[in-house]
Amino acid sequence: MSDIIRRDPRREWIARNRLHPLHDSVANAVQGEVRGPSGLLRKNPHQVGFIGPNGLKRIDRLKGNAVVGVGNKRSAANQEAVLPLHKVDNPDFYIVVVPDMVGGRLSGHDKDILGLAHTMVSTIEGNGAVVAVCFGESKETHYDLAGVDRLIHLSASEYEGFAPEARLTALTHIEAQLAPKHWLFPDSIHGGSDLGSRLAARLGERPAAQAWQVSGEQTVCRGGGGSLDISRQTPRILMLLEECGEAIDETRHEALAIEVDGISVSEPALQDKGLMDVDPSAIPLAEAEFILSAGNGIHNWDQFHKVATVLGATEGASRVAVDDGFMPRFRQVGATGTWVTARVYLAVGISGAIQHMQGIGQCDKVVAINTDAGCDMVKRAALSVIGDSEDILAELMLLAQARKKGSQEEQSDAA
Amino acid sequence: MQPNVVSLISIGRHPQSGRARRAEQDGRGVELGLKLAGEKLSVLHVGNPEEPVLRQYAGMGLPAMTVLKQDETADAVPALSDYLQQEKIDIVLTGVRSESGESSGMVPYLLAEKLGWPVVARVADIVSIKDGVAEVLLALPRGQRRSVTVKLPFIASVDNAAAPARQSAFGPGQRVRMESVNTHGEVDQIRVDWQEAPAKPRPKRLKTVKAKTAADRFKAATAKPQGGSGKVMKNESAAEKAKAIFDLLIEENVIR
Ligand SMILES: Cc1cc2nc3c(=O)[nH]c(=O)nc-3n(C[C@H](O)[C@H](O)[C@H](O)COP(=O)(O)OP(=O)(O)OC[C@H]3O[C@@H](n4cnc5c(N)ncnc54)[C@H](O)[C@@H]3O)c2cc1C
Repeated sequence: MSDIIRRDPRREWIARNRLHPLHDSVANAVQGEVRGPSGLLRKNPHQVGFIGPNGLKRIDRLKGNAVVGVGNKRSAANQEAVLPLHKVDNPDFYIVVVPDMVGGRLSGHDKDILGLAHTMVSTIEGNGAVVAVCFGESKETHYDLAGVDRLIHLSASEYEGFAPEARLTALTHIEAQLAPKHWLFPDSIHGGSDLGSRLAARLGERPAAQAWQVSGEQTVCRGGGGSLDISRQTPRILMLLEECGEAIDETRHEALAIEVDGISVSEPALQDKGLMDVDPSAIPLAEAEFILSAGNGIHNWDQFHKVATVLGATEGASRVAVDDGFMPRFRQVGATGTWVTARVYLAVGISGAIQHMQGIGQCDKVVAINTDAGCDMVKRAALSVIGDSEDILAELMLLAQARKKGSQEEQSDAA
Repeated sequence: MQPNVVSLISIGRHPQSGRARRAEQDGRGVELGLKLAGEKLSVLHVGNPEEPVLRQYAGMGLPAMTVLKQDETADAVPALSDYLQQEKIDIVLTGVRSESGESSGMVPYLLAEKLGWPVVARVADIVSIKDGVAEVLLALPRGQRRSVTVKLPFIASVDNAAAPARQSAFGPGQRVRMESVNTHGEVDQIRVDWQEAPAKPRPKRLKTVKAKTAADRFKAATAKPQGGSGKVMKNESAAEKAKAIFDLLIEENVIR
């Protein structure tokens, strides 16, 4: 075609005349952005929006973020967008994270450290991969969303439970195989700081403990019993405090398995004899792992105390139960009581007033037993059971007693 | 037979006033040592023998105390491991973390690596010692305890869950026999390059909402947090409901 611009006076005339029956088709034919004579971007305000069902013009300013209606299933599915996949092929170096995996899942602390590992990777030249080393049985299903590029899962029985020496042996093997640039451990009482210290002593590295501000070059860690900030070069082995980094939330990762073979674990010097039975009522409420909590829906208090003993749960209570004199004040959970951190919180006959909910904000799994299916506790709970508390507690007691008897018989069989 | 126990002590720091004091965990270590070995407990410090805080430890009823004389900038671990290698020792007790200096908690691990002994971290109590095997209680989070057996000799770091240190008496503390041994440590070269500053309060993490539009941000700020995803059991029998709860408790490993 020739470069000569040919004008069509009739089309121009129709475009100017908004009342012309063909105006719409001519005006909409102009594609892309339109520049005015001074080079400014021009928008045609008459083309925005659409004509609604009753003939009125409608302009959608929500840009597709409108609340999804009930019948609109398809767009709801679209909203759960798949995060972009972060891929690392042939990594130049590795940063190894050894998460605590409390209860077989990545804790918030672990996820922060995985996030930090990724910020460290981005400040170091070359493409690096973040490796997670997990020991024992794992219930975690979302390694990919937590930022794990490579996963080493050692599930053999010798790593299960308390096995710092076997785990140390495995880590020294991984050191030989991957030669990671950094080792990151959570500085926690769940075994992370113990394992990190063991590895540092074995490798002859000088670690940074209680580190909380880490970049590729510089690390700030606490010293002097928490009274000093020590700035130093980032060492190879780091033990990191909580909230040291931001957890990954915008990318998906491969979580490819890496095999480590040829680990030979020798007979450990520390022999695990298992957990001791501690009196659950002696554990401070704020620290207790499993709380059985009673509210206004409990009428048989003897039964409640018995169930708590059989299940081995620490007792808690709502304010009403305390005010009515059924429970001591130090058992009260909530805004004016204790803020608990239990992993499992079993709320029996508690409606879930906001003052109570504040106290259980950090609990992982909440289980509700209540007669009212619409109460706030049921909305918060991972499992809710609608029914009378007395019947359900009675059944629960039977189950717990049967299990106890079973395990005792097993022991006497073995003996 | 009473075991040979050594408690390592350091100079603590009061968290509020910053004054030197008997360190919390080391005090518990001495207490545990006194329980195990009584008067025969050896107590060992590396540093300045003139330090008045040592008398606070001595006031717990120690007849004697050994100090490996060393400069403050020197590394304590070589002197300690040399000394411990010479003596015939069954148990070495330390704190988990010192209250001054680097506070990395590496001393027990480095000593163990040098001596080739096992290390037991965060001990709450040493229950019994029989035929060269000790039964040790470890302090776990949430008030739990784990029982572990370990062959002598070993190194244990004493947790805050151990029995608290007894009161210190001033007079006996002044009368303690101080044996000071001259050692020459090397200056800790790595530490020279570090910069130390008073600890800054750590910033609290803010809950940031990563929303793309104003409508999302508004929703995040106003909406009640609602799970709604939980399982609700309504029409099953009481036994089935109880079973579901019980299974969850077992799955979460809270009942044994
Ligand atoms: C300033 C202030 C501070 C407060 N601080 C706290 C606090 O720290 N902690 C706290 O807990 N409260 C606190 N409260 C009180 C709080 O507002 C609620 O009143 C209280 O939590 C309600 O306790 P509840 O859920 O046990 O009782 P209710 O609200 O009476 O709920 C009882 C529930 O039991 C159920 N039920 C009844 N019978 C049965 C049955 N047979 N079987 C099963 N379920 C049954 C009912 O359906 C209901 O859901 C505070 C209030 C104020 C004003």
